[in-house]
Amino acid sequence: MKIFELNEKLGFELLTKCPESVITSAYTSDLLSDVMGNAPDDSVLITIQAHKNTIAVASLAGINAIILCNNRKAPEDMLPAAEKECIAILQTGLNQFEASVAVAKALDL
Amino acid sequence: MIKKLIPVYENQTPLVVLELIQGHKISEIMSTNVISVTPDITMRDVKKMMKDGGISGMPVVRQRRLIGIISVEDLLNALEDGLMDDSVEKHMSRNPVILEEQMPVSFAIDYFENYSYNRFPVLNENKELVGMLTGRDIIMHMVKVMNREIGRLEEIARYGHHTEIGNVIRRYAVVQNDFKNAGKASSEVKTLLQEHKVDRKVIRAVATAIYELEINQVVHSLGGEIVCRISDHYVEVLARDRGPGIEDIEKALSEGFSTATDWIRSMGFGAGMGLPNVKRVSDDFQIQSSTAGTEIKVTINLPVDNSAEKI
Repeated sequence: MKIFELNEKLGFELLTKCPESVITSAYTSDLLSDVMGNAPDDSVLITIQAHKNTIAVASLAGINAIILCNNRKAPEDMLPAAEKECIAILQTGLNQFEASVAVAKALDL
Repeated sequence: MIKKLIPVYENQTPLVVLELIQGHKISEIMSTNVISVTPDITMRDVKKMMKDGGISGMPVVRQRRLIGIISVEDLLNALEDGLMDDSVEKHMSRNPVILEEQMPVSFAIDYFENYSYNRFPVLNENKELVGMLTGRDIIMHMVKVMNREIGRLEEIARYGHHTEIGNVIRRYAVVQNDFKNAGKASSEVKTLLQEHKVDRKVIRAVATAIYELEINQVVHSLGGEIVCRISDHYVEVLARDRGPGIEDIEKALSEGFSTATDWIRSMGFGAGMGLPNVKRVSDDFQIQSSTAGTEIKVTINLPVDNSAEKI
């Protein structure tokens, strides 16, 4: 599913430009090494880690979108880094569990 | 127009097949130890040679020039007419259809399809006889090159293949607690490997290893460097820092063990998965540590690439 379609279903706030890439899976974790080691390719990451290193990990792990939960604010340097790596950042007031459930429904997982 | 029996010239012919038959010359596949006869010997001699050699046709040559072909059929005719003491010249087929050694194999396949002969003499540029070509030669050669080529394709299908990288060395300084720049080495190497179309899984392994090593130095060391040596066959990562060293390497390699502080953990690091992650994705992993510093050397093999090799 294209990122914009996913976000239409989720109704979260899109903080970056929307890349054309596709999401086929999801991973929920706040441990970046865990994300690095285990997140599937072409996935959306559901996390509260709102900082630039999350972008680095996402980019290396083949993650195409990040959902920041609990309305965590993205620091200034995070958004340009995400756009440079063609990663979409979405923000929501839901916690990681609620966001995961919403994503699972949207992706029909 | 007669429909071709062998469908090798149609649009949907796979490129690899076209290359097999167009990319090889007849000179590469013909038999060169040719038994030929001179025109003056008798048909009786020919009969003996064919019987002894188990062959059904021979070129007739005068001073290296091909002047005809003598076959079992000609022999049977001579036998029937009682002309076995005649010279070969009287019974051979003249003006035989010939192939040239520089022609692609596709020509030969065409000839076998268009003529009923079982063999063709092969001439060089000077019109001298240099070999003979039979269907058997083509089959043997095709099986050989198909074997090699399909093996290569299977390898690519299994591992993906990458373009030539050569030898690249990248060196990155890592500064203690500099989270902002962590990921530079891994990201640059990843881009390089992507440009060379290295398999996605392998890139991820390399990126994971380098990133964890970078983060380790940022979080745990007084600073250090990451040296990446990238060649066509492997990526070697050397992470060297200036201390203070790992107290218990065995513990550091077990999942979940971490000496990270709370604020580092709050950033999502220090989960005790760094070194285990590195070790897991590596084909070779070596670590030594003292209070003077830690040195970790990791090798990750790149899929074998045969694309440069001529089939």
